[in-house]
Amino acid sequence: MNVNYLYSFLAVVVLGLVAYVGGGVAGLQGVFGIFIPYLAVVIFIAGFVNRVMGWASSPVPFRIPTTCGQQQSLEWIKQNKIDNPSSMFGVMTRMFLEIVLFRSLFKNSRVELVGDRVSYKWVVWLWLFAILFHYSFLAVVVRHLRFFLEPVPFFVKALEQADGILQVGLPGVFLSGVTLLAGAVLLLFRRIFISKVNYISRAADYFPLLLIIGIALTGIMMRYFTKVDVVKIKELTMGLATFHVGIPEGSLGGLFYVHLFFVCILVSYIPFSKLMHMGGVFLSPTRNLANNSRMKRHINPWNPKVKFHTYDEYEDDFREKMIEAGLPVEKE
Amino acid sequence: MNDKQKIIIGLIIFFAVFTFPFWYNHGAASSAPEPLLTDKAKEAKHCVRDADFMRKEHMQLLDGWRDRTVRDAQRVYEIDGKEYMASLSSTCMECHSNKADFCDKCHEYTSVDPYCWDCHTYPKEKK
Repeated sequence: MNVNYLYSFLAVVVLGLVAYVGGGVAGLQGVFGIFIPYLAVVIFIAGFVNRVMGWASSPVPFRIPTTCGQQQSLEWIKQNKIDNPSSMFGVMTRMFLEIVLFRSLFKNSRVELVGDRVSYKWVVWLWLFAILFHYSFLAVVVRHLRFFLEPVPFFVKALEQADGILQVGLPGVFLSGVTLLAGAVLLLFRRIFISKVNYISRAADYFPLLLIIGIALTGIMMRYFTKVDVVKIKELTMGLATFHVGIPEGSLGGLFYVHLFFVCILVSYIPFSKLMHMGGVFLSPTRNLANNSRMKRHINPWNPKVKFHTYDEYEDDFREKMIEAGLPVEKE
Repeated sequence: MNDKQKIIIGLIIFFAVFTFPFWYNHGAASSAPEPLLTDKAKEAKHCVRDADFMRKEHMQLLDGWRDRTVRDAQRVYEIDGKEYMASLSSTCMECHSNKADFCDKCHEYTSVDPYCWDCHTYPKEKK
């Protein structure tokens, strides 16, 4: 048993219990249903902006060419325009593929000893779980807009249609919910069961995964099993989105408050954690800089101002003495 | 050299996207719809199950009815010693004959698109 995931697991359980109990107490429903969600949104946006502005204030003096492909060179040497771009368009393509298709994860490989030889094997699993997880999460988030928008716009409805295309049961199973849970669990198992990954995993790696598993589980529970009154929940969430806050009459159920509280924790945790890769991926210097060091001179902005004394000036200062001493000079 | 300007543009886009619900609704208050009961439904006083159950789980009840009726030919639903015919068109819509005011209102509000009426007919609404 690894103490890191034990702590994270306990933290998630305790947070869930806090919300479950708090949501049941009449006086605290305003805190869990209104105050904490707003606080989370404010922390998220302010923290996110603060973190990104911190990154933005660090100068990036030089290009960091990564050696994934041939850089631009002589005409007859074929350049790899995406992996070692020298133009804006190449960089945009590289960034697009990175952000949308997680290309650098796709290149993941594993070093193994096969007999007495070292072998490098292409391993697709991390990329597969990651893409499953991220796109499911996106679909789930967009689907939840139905609780925050009135009237519900066409793209949310279209996504619901596509997501529930199997028409299994009533309410129909949304595929993204299932794949989100599966993706998060697979990513967690990867950290638990692969000993090398386990060795480098800290509590901060397990916590977000467990929290997201908690969110997915409570959501799935509410939709398919324990049931909630969706109209009442939309009344609450629309109140939040329109600043006409209020807790609807009657109980929304403890599970709903657990779900909401988990989401608030996750959202406010983003700016302070590894989850900032959400913004950070756009600012990866090895991905978003063109390798044009051979065409354009990049000068380090914090170079100290050095007073130069060139050879021409030196000779001007000492010409006579040099001629006297029989030293060769360039200008007589 | 740094790219502060580009990053600030990115942050503005981020802010606009994540506050989408706030500006989409224009801060307009909207009240949750209340399903309208017909006179007949009011007279009957009670539904097949209690109102809270129906609000949360009517879809699963109907799904069960459909499966039992179609697959096992069991057309009777027994609860609390009473027997009902398991039928959306004949039992439910006998009282709740106002589909637009009873069903559609909440379904539209929560963006639910049930496929009941792909097969079933519903009573013509009296205007």
